Amino acid sequence: MTTELESVVIKFAGDSGDGMQLAGTLFTDTTAVMGNAIATFPDFPSEIRAPQGTVAGVSGFQIHFGTSGVHSPGDAPDVLVAMNPAALKANLHNLKPACTIIIDGDSYTKKDFEKAGFEGNPLEDNTLSDYKVIEAPITSLTKASVADLGLDNKSMVRCKNMFTLGIVFWLFNEPLEQTINFFNQKFKKKPELAQANVNALKAGFNYALTIEAIKSSFTVLPAKKQPGTYRNITGNQAAAWGFLAAAKKANKELFLGTYPITPATDILHELTKHKWSGVKIVQAEDEIAGICSAIGASFAGDVAITTTSGPGMALKTEAIGLAVMTELPLVIVNVQRGGPSTGLPTKTEQSDLMQALYGRNGECPIVVLSASTPADCFDWAFEATRIALEHMTPVILLTESYLGNGAEPWKIKLTEELPDIHPRTLDSLDPNWKPYQRDSEKLARWWVKPGTKGMEHRIGGLEKDECTGCVSHNPQNHGKMVATRQEKIDRIADFIPLQRVKGKDATKLLVVGWGGQFGILFGAVNELQKEGKDIAFTHFNYINPLPKNTAEIFAKFDKILVCELNNGQFANYLRGQFPQFTYEQFNKIEGLPFKIKDLKNKFNEILEAGNA
Amino acid sequence: METEALQCPLKPKDFASDQEVKWCPGCGDYAVLNAVQKALSELNVKKEDVTFVSGIGCSSRFPYYMDTYGFHTIHGRAAAIATGVKVANPNLSVWVISGDGDSLAIGGNHFIHAVRRNVNMNLILFNNEIYGLTKGQYSPTSERGKVTKSSPHGTVEDPFNPAELALGAQSSFYARVPDTDVKLMTNVMISAEKHQGLSLVEVLQNCVIFNDKVHAAITGKDTKADNQLILEHGQPMLFGIDKTKGLRLNGLELEVVTLGEKGITEKDILVHDETIVNPTLHYMLARMRLPELPIAMGVIRNVGKNVYDKALHEQIKSEKTNSKYKNLNDLFLSGNTFKVS
Repeated sequence: MTTELESVVIKFAGDSGDGMQLAGTLFTDTTAVMGNAIATFPDFPSEIRAPQGTVAGVSGFQIHFGTSGVHSPGDAPDVLVAMNPAALKANLHNLKPACTIIIDGDSYTKKDFEKAGFEGNPLEDNTLSDYKVIEAPITSLTKASVADLGLDNKSMVRCKNMFTLGIVFWLFNEPLEQTINFFNQKFKKKPELAQANVNALKAGFNYALTIEAIKSSFTVLPAKKQPGTYRNITGNQAAAWGFLAAAKKANKELFLGTYPITPATDILHELTKHKWSGVKIVQAEDEIAGICSAIGASFAGDVAITTTSGPGMALKTEAIGLAVMTELPLVIVNVQRGGPSTGLPTKTEQSDLMQALYGRNGECPIVVLSASTPADCFDWAFEATRIALEHMTPVILLTESYLGNGAEPWKIKLTEELPDIHPRTLDSLDPNWKPYQRDSEKLARWWVKPGTKGMEHRIGGLEKDECTGCVSHNPQNHGKMVATRQEKIDRIADFIPLQRVKGKDATKLLVVGWGGQFGILFGAVNELQKEGKDIAFTHFNYINPLPKNTAEIFAKFDKILVCELNNGQFANYLRGQFPQFTYEQFNKIEGLPFKIKDLKNKFNEILEAGNA
Repeated sequence: METEALQCPLKPKDFASDQEVKWCPGCGDYAVLNAVQKALSELNVKKEDVTFVSGIGCSSRFPYYMDTYGFHTIHGRAAAIATGVKVANPNLSVWVISGDGDSLAIGGNHFIHAVRRNVNMNLILFNNEIYGLTKGQYSPTSERGKVTKSSPHGTVEDPFNPAELALGAQSSFYARVPDTDVKLMTNVMISAEKHQGLSLVEVLQNCVIFNDKVHAAITGKDTKADNQLILEHGQPMLFGIDKTKGLRLNGLELEVVTLGEKGITEKDILVHDETIVNPTLHYMLARMRLPELPIAMGVIRNVGKNVYDKALHEQIKSEKTNSKYKNLNDLFLSGNTFKVS
């Protein structure tokens, strides 16, 4: 018997090293190809290997897939894979009442319970009585399924994630071909490893079929999507591709100067695979050298980017000031993580907003943008580059761990579908040109790269004369330059789209969000709108400057609620920009995204308070 | 640098910008400016192909005085910024202008890594053993016990010898010159520019205000003949007014000997080879100190080594030929795609 479901949340959880990220990714790839809407949330510890079997070492990968209503990776799982008691312990507090739990019985020994902090055996006391438990001797069955391939014990045990994945595939009537192809490609040169993974996968699938693990399996129908060609993509990969596309559409070469840091490093990993495109990459000695090499490359005429995360951003600060002063195009990507200091390296947060807006010495205005979903990191990388090149300014692009590592289907944009970017390049002699001459519309100076005959000039971090660019300490000139640099950024508001509101005719409550919480906020608001509540949603991607109609939108609502994963940084920013409005806040700082149910509770509370 | 020769070479003054030079009268920096302008004129390069990148400090105002491309950046980071310039456009002749504080204190990390990578650029290190622009604090090259504004009781730290630091970072080109010898400096700058890889030129530079005569024992009119060993590739290491003193290897130590004494002839004197890959002798020459030994001047080391920017571009070129992707659409449409109609 097969039951049709609208959407399902599955969480793969196990020891760091149990291959849960891979199992989750392979399941995602298959559901994506089957045409489902998906959103994923990998959640793993920052230690390479925390002590085995402990809650600290639990690595998780959550995927939400479905026909409709998939705006986020979901609040709580419908299916939990718990490879050991620690994985169960780490997730017990957050399961749906009818959750199906798949357990490797081989790793549920007394020693394992103790390590995970259980007092007794959760399979025998009433701990799991509300759930459907599928307990299978996964480790031993996996070993049996690969026994004749001549592998060592460790390699055999390592295949247990595929046995488990096989069970999940059976549960949701998903085909195995995609995953089998993956292993045949990945282990082309080690066919015995490919075979072992395939054997384990099939064995898991057949095992579930044979024992009829639960009475019925489920089917999730494909989502209704815009026609087109899609592929699955993570935020970091999408950002990397967005930069490749932007450089191409600007007819320039791409340069990345960077230093590895979690969770931004995958942008480097992705771009370095594509040297065929001409991308020049300097993996520098530190964060400062990363951005500095990018500034040098920008001076020399390349589309320059630097990628980092919170602590790395702190180190880049002085150099960002130099890029602002010299008015060179540059994109600085900050894939935010929990802070302060080293904070929570693998967890998500939105707490670097104030740093992006103000974290420099002097009056140092800069463009700040943020992405909303994994796939739209492509668009925002592209847009950040466009603004940098067309307005001659550094741009900070904020994404989040949640976006960078998360995945969703991306409707592929071919290069011919993308708009051209028009850098303010001057590549031949203009006898009247001066380094800090500006165009009257954008106030942007010209970009003249070394090698251009007759246009030799000097720039630097010292204050410059408003036209010649020569060093100037003249007080009036400084005042004028400070104002001009601000005005240049403000005027970008004339070249970006107006802010939009999702939700018709609402007047009571406007939910305001920014960055990677888009899907979750939208999902929560959407559910209340369906219930007929007087609520609307607006999500900001242009943070500095803000869209020109922002105040106009705010004025239409009785209440404004700003929701963000920090202590209220965007709310405070809005208070400074538009002090005429009152902003309520909903904040969460736990290294985790919002949950739809918490948001709905909060929204309802405010809506009901309004009725009192 | 791949630039075609000019029909009529530029004169040194053609490289001077219209900006007023604002160094203190008598500053050693003027000599470096002259030497670099002369060298560029002799190298027969186009102004537009030359870029000067500097950090912070007195010396780092240098780019403003050159009628080329120039970038006056932030404290200690010139080598990192110049690396980006050179990688972005390997056809440019890139010169980093830096001081001892800039390159060896705040920029120490970038300095050693630029040397290690062997980026094809020239790094001119102005060493006056003091912080000039911040008005007289000791620097990483100040001698132990040095009394300055920030060390009224004398420093309690040992200095870097820039040459040792550079050779330790596997420098492929290191030269040292006094700011009093524009001719030697010009020749060294020319060799530096011709070298493929990072050319480090340390200038013993005098700060007339905060550290006057710090190098006087080496550069003084009366002392220079005895206290400087000017190295020339292929020539015996002779010095002194009549070139009667020389260096020889005694066991694992260098020693000064005099021609004609104890049967010493020119045959006993070491002959300078700047191209030997084993850095041992270069290292010994670089760390010679008064009064036992003279200070080595000129090009001490000039060896072939993989060049970073060149290797990086070769890798890109090879990937362009070998990749299965020819354009971005190939990439975007690769892997598991699916159609929704």
